[in-house]
Amino acid sequence: MRSKPFTLSCARATFYDRDMSDKYDITFTVNGDKRTIRVEPRRSLADALREDCGLTGTHLGCEHGVCGACTVLIDDQPVRSCLMFAVQAEGTRVRTVEGLAIGDKLHPLQQAFWDHHGLQCGFCTPGFLMLAVGILERRPDIAEPELREALSSNLCRCTGYQNILKSVLAAAAEMRK
Amino acid sequence: MSLIGRSVKRLEDRPLLTGSGRFAADITVPGMLYMRIVRSPVAFGRLAGLRIAEALAHPGAVAVWTAEDVADIPPIGFRMTLVPGLEPYRQPILADGHVRFVGEPVAAVFAADPYTAEDIADLVAPEIEPLAPCLHPAAPPREYAPGRSTEATVIAKAYGDLDAAFAGAHAVVVLELTIGRHSGVPLETRGAIAVPEADSGILRLYGAAKVPHYNRQALAAMLGLPLDRIHLHEGHVGGGFGIRGELYPEDVLTCAAVMRLGRPVKWIEDRYEHLVAANQSRGSVHRVRAAVDEHGLIVGLDDEFWFDQGAYLRTHGVVVADLTCAMLPGPYVIPAYRSVGHVRLTNKTPCGTYRAPGRFEASFVRERLVDAIADRLGLDPIVVRRRNFIAKTAMPFRREFSALGTEIVYDTGDYAGLLGKFLNRVGWETLRADVARRRQAGEMIGLGLGFFVEKSGLGPFDDVRITLGGDGAIEVITGAASVGQGVETVMAQICADGLGTGLDHIRVIHGQTDRIARGMGAFASRVTVMTGAAVTIAAAKLRDRLLAEAGRLLQTAPDRLAVIGDRVVVCDAPSGPSLDLAAIARSAGGELTADATFTAEHMTYPYGVHLAQVRIERDSCAITVERFFVGYDVGRAVNPMLVEGQIAGGAAQGIGASLLEEFVHDASGQPQSVTLADYLMPTISEIPTIEVALFEDAPTPLNPLGVKGAGEAGIAAAGAAIAAAVDDALGRPGAVRQLPITPNRLHALLAELPAEQH
Repeated sequence: MRSKPFTLSCARATFYDRDMSDKYDITFTVNGDKRTIRVEPRRSLADALREDCGLTGTHLGCEHGVCGACTVLIDDQPVRSCLMFAVQAEGTRVRTVEGLAIGDKLHPLQQAFWDHHGLQCGFCTPGFLMLAVGILERRPDIAEPELREALSSNLCRCTGYQNILKSVLAAAAEMRK
Repeated sequence: MSLIGRSVKRLEDRPLLTGSGRFAADITVPGMLYMRIVRSPVAFGRLAGLRIAEALAHPGAVAVWTAEDVADIPPIGFRMTLVPGLEPYRQPILADGHVRFVGEPVAAVFAADPYTAEDIADLVAPEIEPLAPCLHPAAPPREYAPGRSTEATVIAKAYGDLDAAFAGAHAVVVLELTIGRHSGVPLETRGAIAVPEADSGILRLYGAAKVPHYNRQALAAMLGLPLDRIHLHEGHVGGGFGIRGELYPEDVLTCAAVMRLGRPVKWIEDRYEHLVAANQSRGSVHRVRAAVDEHGLIVGLDDEFWFDQGAYLRTHGVVVADLTCAMLPGPYVIPAYRSVGHVRLTNKTPCGTYRAPGRFEASFVRERLVDAIADRLGLDPIVVRRRNFIAKTAMPFRREFSALGTEIVYDTGDYAGLLGKFLNRVGWETLRADVARRRQAGEMIGLGLGFFVEKSGLGPFDDVRITLGGDGAIEVITGAASVGQGVETVMAQICADGLGTGLDHIRVIHGQTDRIARGMGAFASRVTVMTGAAVTIAAAKLRDRLLAEAGRLLQTAPDRLAVIGDRVVVCDAPSGPSLDLAAIARSAGGELTADATFTAEHMTYPYGVHLAQVRIERDSCAITVERFFVGYDVGRAVNPMLVEGQIAGGAAQGIGASLLEEFVHDASGQPQSVTLADYLMPTISEIPTIEVALFEDAPTPLNPLGVKGAGEAGIAAAGAAIAAAVDDALGRPGAVRQLPITPNRLHALLAELPAEQH
C-alpha cells in the first residue's frame, strides 16, 4: 500500500483505472484448506491472507520486499507476499505461520525459537519461521555459512540475529532426527 | 530455589510463534473507517492552499480534513524536559500556513477501505510555494517563524574552574565530531485504532505503547474529553526503541475522527511514512576540547554541540540535548566541565529519543577524545582510562547537575574493576597478539574499545496490584508497558520469587489504562528497576496476607508457614496439613489483593565496555565487524538470557548506527532514505555473535532487588568502539571523525593515508 514518493510539482495524474475495482475470484490452498476469495486485481497476497482469509500472522513490515516479515511458502518456496498480487496465487499451495503447529504441538522451528530466545517483539518471527522452514525442507543439512547467507533475506531489529541462527541450527538438528 | 537469576523461557512467546499475536494492524472491527494521511512533498514552503474538491467528489470519500477542520485541537505538548518558552516550536496536528519537512501531515482522508483511502489521498493537491530549507544544524541560526529563531534553546551544564584548567594544561586536545541522523526503525510501523464504545461512551485507542497512561491524559486534554471517557490499550508491540508510543499527530487524528464521524477509525503507517514522519534522532556536531596533564589526567573538558532537532519539537522536548550534556563526563572524574548544546530547528523530520539517547552520542565523543589524548601523549588508551576513572571508593559520586529532572548521583560502580575483569574474560593480550600477527601478514585489522556509564530506572513512581483469585490465578497489574522486551516474564519471575509460587498461574497486565489508574510505562530502561521493585513489595505484602489467612485456617502461627508452589505448608511438618492457594483466597472472601507503590528520586547507573574487532577491505572499502564484545554490570540480572538478548539486539543496532544507518537529504531537503533498501539496517551478514560478559558486582541500594536497567547497554558505546577499531585498522589514531563510517567516508580516510600504507 506504499504510495509513490511525492513529486515536487504536486501535479496529479488523474489516471484512475475503472477496472482496478472489478473483483476476481481466485482459488488456492491455504494451510491445506481450499479457499476461494474475491479480490481486486491490485490486492496484494499479504492483504488477501490477512484481511480476506483472516490470517494475521503474516506481517507487513515494509511492503516493498526488503524486510521479509511477510514471507510465506508458495508451493514450498519462500516468497514475499507483499510483492505478489493475490490473483497470482491462483491454483497455488500457500503455507503461513498459522499452519506450522499441529494442535498444541509446535513445529520444531517454533519450539527452537522459544527454547533459544530467538524472538523479542515477535513481529519478524513469522517471516523468519517460514523462511527457515523453506530453507530446511530443501536443505536439511545446510552448513552454517550458507544458512547465514539465506537468513540474511530477512530483517530483525530486536535480537541481533544470533539467537535466530542458534534456533534454526537447533531445529535443523531436531528435524534431521 | 529462587526464580530470580534464572534464564527461564519467556511466557509471552507462544502467541508470537503461532501467528496469533495481536499487533496494531491485526485489529479490525465492523464498520471501521481507514485514515490515510496526505503529506508534504517539500521540505519547507508556504502552504497556500489545498485542493480537496476532487477528493471529496470520490464516491468512497467519507471525509477529507485539512488544518481548518482541526483548528480547535492544540499541538501535542511536551512529555519530558520542560523548558519554558518552547511552545511555538510544537507541530500542529495538520500543517497550517507552512510545511516544514517532507512527510509533514497536511490532510487526512477517511474511507471505508484502505486502498480507496489511498486513491482519494492521491487526489488531494497541496499548493506549496517552496522556500529555501535550513538543513545544517551548525549553520548560523535564522528566522523560524516571525520573532522565533531556529535556535530553539541552548542547554548548558557546567561545574569547576574551566578557564584555570585550560590555562594550566600540559596539553589541549581538540576534536570536531559528527554523528549521523538515524533512528529506531522498529519492524512494525506505527498504528492507531480508535473505537467508540456505544454503551459506555468510552473511546478506546488500540495500538498504544510505551506511555499509555500519559498519552491518555494528553489526548483527553487535547480533545476536551473527560478522563473517564478515554482508555488506551497496548497489544503486541513490534519494537519500541524510544520512538514508538510517543503521541503523534496521527494518534490524535484517529481519536478526533471517532468523535466527529461516529465510527471506528484505523490508521496503519506504511514504511515510507515511517521513514519520513516517525521520530528520528542523534544527528549532531560536536566541537570538544580537553585540558590534560602530562599523565593523561583530564583536568578540564569543554564541549559545544549543535543538535539537529528537525522541523518541530515533539513530546521529548529537548531531552536528547539535555542527556548529552549530562552523560558526556561518563566514568571519568573530570574536575572542571562545561557542555553547551544548541538545539537547532532544521527542515527535516522531527527528532525524539532513540535507544541510549545522549549516551550513544556522548560516549562516541568522550571515548574518541580519550583515545586522542592517549595518542597525543604517547600513552596506552587503557592506561588513560584507568587514570581518569572515578574510584570505587568515591561512590556514591555526585555530578554537580541534573538530568531528566533528577540529580545525577552514580550509585555504585567499580569501573576499573569491570575493565580488568572484562579484559581478562576476552583474552585481551591474545586478541592483540592475533591482530598484530594478521596485520603483519598484510590485513587491515584493528581493535577498539569504548567505556560507558548508562542511566536507568527513571522514577518517580510505579504502582502494582497483585490479586490471587479464587481459581488460583495470580494477576499482576502494572502501569508498565511492553515493547517486546520480555516484561511479562521478568515481572512474573519477580512475583513468583516474592510469593514462593511457580510461574504457571501468573498473568502480567501492562499497558491497559482501564486496569490501573496510574502508570509510567516503558522507557529509560526503567521497567525491571521501577515496576520490578513495586512487584517485589506487593508480592511480599500478598504473601503476608496469604500466610495470615492460612494461619487462621490451620490454627498455626503464620511464621511457621511457607508458600511452596500452589500450596501453603507448615514449614516443620511438610507432610502435614496444607492448603491450596485458591482455597485460601476463597476463604478470604473470594480473592486476596495487595497494592504497592515504589518511588525513586534518583536513577541508578549501570556501566560497561564495548570492544570491537574490525577488518577493512581496502579495495571495496567494506568494514567487517569480526567480533564484538560487551562487558556490563547490571547490578543483578533477573533473567540473564533476556539481559543478554537486550544487549545483543542493542549491539546490532549500534553496529548499524556506526557503519550503515543514516537518514540522508539532498540539497533541497528531500529525504533520500525512504525505503529499507536505502536506509540500511544490518542483516545477519553484518552482525557477528555478540559476546556478552555480564557482571553483578555493583548491585544498587536504590531498590530491593539491587537491579539496574539493561535495555540500552548494547548500543551505548558501540560507535566509540567501532570508530576506535577502524582507527586501529587504518593505523591512524583519530582518523574517524564521523559516523556512520560509510564506504565513501572510509574511501576518503584511506586516501588520506601516507603513500607507503596504500
